[in-house]
Amino acid sequence: MRVALFIPCFVDQFFPQVGVAMVNVLRRLKIEPEFPADQTCCGQPAFNTGFWDEARPLAQRYCEIFAGYDAVVSPSGSCTAMVRHFYPLLGVAPPATYEFTEFLVKHLGVTDVGAAFPAKVTYHDACHALRELGLKDEPRQLLRHVRGLELIEMAQAETCCGFGGTFAVKFPFISTAMADLKVTKIRETGAEYVVSTDSSCLMQLDGYLRRQKIPIQTLHLAEVLAAQ
Amino acid sequence: MNLPEQQFRRDAAVKAGDLNHRATIQRNIGLYHAAVARGKTRFADWNEGRARLAQVKWDAINHLDRYLEQFARNVLANGGHVHWAETGDQAAQIILGLARRRGVRKIVKAKSMTTEEIHLVPALAAAGIQAVETDLGEYICQLRGEPPYHIVTPVMHLSRQDVSRTFQEKLGAPPTDSAEELTMIARRQLRQDFLTADMGVTGANFAVAETGQIALTENEGNIRLTFSLPRIHVAVVGIEKLVPRVADLALFWPMLAHSGTGQAITGTCSLVGGPRRDGEPDGPEEFHVVLLDNGRTRLLADVAQRDALHCIRCGACLNACPVYRTIGGHAYHTTYMGPIGCVITPHLRGRDDWAHLPYASSLCGACAEVCPVNIPVHRHLLQNRRNTAGGWQRLAFKFWAWTVQDPLRYRWAGKFLRCAGPFAKLWTDTREWPAAPAQSFRDWWQKQNPHPNPLPYTARERGLKKISSPPSLGGEDQGEGESRSS
Repeated sequence: MRVALFIPCFVDQFFPQVGVAMVNVLRRLKIEPEFPADQTCCGQPAFNTGFWDEARPLAQRYCEIFAGYDAVVSPSGSCTAMVRHFYPLLGVAPPATYEFTEFLVKHLGVTDVGAAFPAKVTYHDACHALRELGLKDEPRQLLRHVRGLELIEMAQAETCCGFGGTFAVKFPFISTAMADLKVTKIRETGAEYVVSTDSSCLMQLDGYLRRQKIPIQTLHLAEVLAAQ
Repeated sequence: MNLPEQQFRRDAAVKAGDLNHRATIQRNIGLYHAAVARGKTRFADWNEGRARLAQVKWDAINHLDRYLEQFARNVLANGGHVHWAETGDQAAQIILGLARRRGVRKIVKAKSMTTEEIHLVPALAAAGIQAVETDLGEYICQLRGEPPYHIVTPVMHLSRQDVSRTFQEKLGAPPTDSAEELTMIARRQLRQDFLTADMGVTGANFAVAETGQIALTENEGNIRLTFSLPRIHVAVVGIEKLVPRVADLALFWPMLAHSGTGQAITGTCSLVGGPRRDGEPDGPEEFHVVLLDNGRTRLLADVAQRDALHCIRCGACLNACPVYRTIGGHAYHTTYMGPIGCVITPHLRGRDDWAHLPYASSLCGACAEVCPVNIPVHRHLLQNRRNTAGGWQRLAFKFWAWTVQDPLRYRWAGKFLRCAGPFAKLWTDTREWPAAPAQSFRDWWQKQNPHPNPLPYTARERGLKKISSPPSLGGEDQGEGESRSS
């Protein structure tokens, strides 16, 4: 099986450790992924802002770069949803692309990756992973198999964190108020870490948590699974 | 920035920071969600129900020409009158003209968003005709001089104490904390209005083509009084309200009630088929239907977004929407607020003035998830954005696309972005910018994996100590990695 990594632009630039963690988990499962070096961005920022014509060449580019792989794996439900559900709207047939936890649980049938992470953790459902890809139980199955990890569900886990791409800067006051409510629910759990499948949600939550000086850390699920 | 956007930004910002508002909405919507969750267990297959409703609405909307004619013919056959209004103003003028010709001095009005849409009450008031809202929520809105906060629950933003204060100020009522007493205060006032009104104005939840009847659903019983006590009944009906058959209501009524309030079915469901006939003990002498376009045919002509007309105004997408819950219903300054309002308002009232609304969404998709007629609401928001995307933003995105289509340009842009925190004021006013990692993932990868095809740039490696080894997370190590330092 030829597996390619798709490391979304902002993960590449801001959260490289998430990609590294994903590679380490895959290698632990005896999968040696490839990283096609020409990859950049899936085009979602332009598409979501309404600029479909500007997004299309990036979609075509993605398809050329990832043609020939059996699976493309990405640590982002949002970018995966862009490729799978929105490329067809641009008239581009997407290559088989999987969100990381989806790839592990649904494609490989793995729920225990041999991770250990002794901490109290709460899980935030990233909107695109949850609603576009239907991933509700998969991330939780993986978390439940992590040694020492205590998963505490927050109220309104499925409510958006307020990131929403350009929404976060077009309407920062709404976006921040949404983060504030989310953080309230996270704090109620008493968890030390908030975990999710998308670094974009975590960037929003981490940005707000740090500004408010709340000592709760954000972690991508891949980072938890990489811990041993 | 145009006026609607200025108003939206101003009022949304105020409400977003209003913690009392948040507490009230969290409480009221929390009750709603609990009722809906209990209610849905009554359905063997909720999603199958949604698919059926969508199918019926698809048929109705895509054959609207036929069903509208059939409906109008049947209204006439039942002894009613049909009026066609192209704009909201025309609709209001039709009703005003009718009221004048019939010497109407007082009108009782049922809850109806369509009459809000055509600004009926102000139009009547300007002509010296008193129109009294008879729905408890709308009545409270009227006393307060506010538009409805929500499509279904007009005073969702008020607590019982707020309502009592309004009644004390406007009606001189004694203070009370009891919902029953508050209802009785309103009822005592409204009973007099029902008995003295010459005309009753309602909306319609559905218009049934095969019988020429309108279907009305309510919990308070005031709609029944509105259409049966006064001598004239006028129903204002958006043309998208058509359903082909009476039998369709067997699923529409319960699913509307479920999505609207979590009830199995609303307290009262009425089918109104025209004026009083010979031998009938009650009912109006005249029955008029005003069929309203007001931009709906523009949406109908748009094949890609036509299914937004399937909406049955249950309000579920408002309750599901984290943006609506944050900024409240008044900030939109539209008749139809929340996600569906952001979809249809630009079509009904003009793309340019309302172009900001589709962007006021994080595209989380909660709206589409709860829609009982399966409208992909958030996809329509994307489509709306596409409809108006242009200007300097197009240039910006052209430049962006040019940048990220080339790995080398992308890489330099990334380097800039990583330390762009000081320039990203819209982000950093309220949130920290992520700490810049020493190198990108691709830098790390290239260092780790001698690539068969060398990367198209010369990396100036600066090392990534913590990250180049498997991340050690947990224990005391957490948060000390270079990339995560805070």
